Amino acid sequence: MTTQPWTVSDLQGSPRRQRRETAIRRLVFAATVTSVLVSGLILYSLAFEAITFMREVDWSTTWGQLGWFPRRGIFDLPTIMVATVSVTVIAMAVAGPLGLAAAIYLSEYAPSRVRTVLKPTLEVMAGIPSVVLGYFALRFIAPQLVGNLFSTAAPANLLAAGVGVGLLIIPLMASLSEDALTAVPHSLRQASAGLGARKVTTTTNVVIPAAVSGLTAAGIVAASRAVGETMVVFIAGGAADSVIKSYNPLDPGMTMTAAMASVASGTDSIAGQGQAFQSLFFVGLLLFIMTMLLNVLADKFVRRFRQRY
Amino acid sequence: MASPSVRKRLPATTFNLTRRMDVKGRVFEVALLMAVAVTLGAVAALISQVFFDAWPVLSGRFGQFLTSGLGSRPEISGIAQGLRGTLYLCFIVAVVAFPLGIGSAIYLEQYAKPGRLTRFVDLNIRNLAGVPSVVYGILGLTVFVKGPFVGAITGGRTPLAAGLTLSALVLPLVIIASVEAIRSVPQELIEAGYGVGATQSEVIRHHVLPYAIPGILTGTLLSMARAAGEAAPLILVGTTTGFLTNIPAWWDVGQVRERFTAMPIIITSWVRQPETGFKVEGAAAAIIVLMLVVVMLNSVAIVLRSRFEKRRQG
Repeated sequence: MTTQPWTVSDLQGSPRRQRRETAIRRLVFAATVTSVLVSGLILYSLAFEAITFMREVDWSTTWGQLGWFPRRGIFDLPTIMVATVSVTVIAMAVAGPLGLAAAIYLSEYAPSRVRTVLKPTLEVMAGIPSVVLGYFALRFIAPQLVGNLFSTAAPANLLAAGVGVGLLIIPLMASLSEDALTAVPHSLRQASAGLGARKVTTTTNVVIPAAVSGLTAAGIVAASRAVGETMVVFIAGGAADSVIKSYNPLDPGMTMTAAMASVASGTDSIAGQGQAFQSLFFVGLLLFIMTMLLNVLADKFVRRFRQRY
Repeated sequence: MASPSVRKRLPATTFNLTRRMDVKGRVFEVALLMAVAVTLGAVAALISQVFFDAWPVLSGRFGQFLTSGLGSRPEISGIAQGLRGTLYLCFIVAVVAFPLGIGSAIYLEQYAKPGRLTRFVDLNIRNLAGVPSVVYGILGLTVFVKGPFVGAITGGRTPLAAGLTLSALVLPLVIIASVEAIRSVPQELIEAGYGVGATQSEVIRHHVLPYAIPGILTGTLLSMARAAGEAAPLILVGTTTGFLTNIPAWWDVGQVRERFTAMPIIITSWVRQPETGFKVEGAAAAIIVLMLVVVMLNSVAIVLRSRFEKRRQG
């Protein structure tokens, strides 16, 4: 058997194999680049028409007007922004306590048999399309719940839509909060029990304070989702093409997202021209900035709770 | 051993007393249970309301409802075109978003070196996941419907344009789910692969992916369910809400470049009609069909994941 000294190329493997490695590496890198490309394209598509809108619009029509009438060239921003804020607040008033309670129950109290049923149920609930909740808000929440509680409520109103959005984001709130609660080390619970604290005291005075930054992040992410939710308000908010300014959630209303959907659902008639169409992009840009800020804020909180444990 | 004497010093009433005193604990637990009951009650109310509203269609003409097209009279209208449109969209998402998403997850977990670029890509993906779906609709409208060159390929307001829009929407979700699945692969498995002389791509194909595939599948199925239920981006892309002239054959692939409609859009436009035949009965029956599609995808995904978790524990 003749032995020859090894060369570097022997250790590098066959060139064919190397070429294949490089090709696969480039392929998956290209796939990664698409996500950056998508971000770039989103910014590009928002900015172009939004800037045109901002340059050409008569700014006096965006403030202190009767309401949001895009087809008549009246773009009263407070109308849709206040509606967005009130829907978000109502949704969080529903989803915050209910989602948090479900999370506490799942992570601290539920026996494993209940857990194996409840958790998948919440996950299937997370998959309910928003059009379905819009329908439910219009057919059930508005007449049965809101209509019976407040006699002055309009047949379709922002309060009902807000409750619908709240139901939609309960699963998200619950699952993010549960993640934050289960991340609390078990030793903290044991130490608390060892000092003689009851379960409720351990939960409210030890586990929840330890998870507070994660829980805050969960709330912010859920709120950001409520801000961006479109279909529930579009279907159940009670406003079609335009809306009169009202800060009362018992009146019909239109959030920023619903305003976008309603301008766009007439794109056939306005044929993609004119200021009403451009307002779509301007509102979209505002929405993009708002949700982006909320997400960055949530990320800050998440980072804090990761660092701790 | 010493328990009898301990018992003497601590009479049973001590425990009884403290147990009776734990009112706060009981109240707290009952409050939690009530909150969970309210949530589940809302879901039950939703389901029963939808079934109640849809009953005339379900009991009378469900078969015809599934096979006929949109029409001006509620009694003879159906959702055939919408169901088809939704299936097209799911198919396009599977073909476009899944390979891209899984590919980037592989890159991020197996190839990327920690650095500024990787951090930026990672942050970007997490931000994309939080962008509202209407904003993706604007992307679809500007780039996939009207964009130079791309618009010519998609043919305007077509399933192709809408499918690409939804693919962009679910891409970050697919990436995040796949990254998590790949991260759960034990390091020993990967090192053993390298130890027997496999190259990086061989380790990925033979060890990483087979181990991670149930987790990846779960994420992709959930994303597909999300895409099937989305309405807002489709409204912006310009899905037809009116009539479509015919119901073409299933195998007519050219339809991906024609005008179309989808289940969530049919529901949205029917809810806004004045006649109860559309507004209540039709919309509720269409909701049941859409929910069947979405819940089926979700349940398969959840069952798959729980199997996967059991396998890892066992």
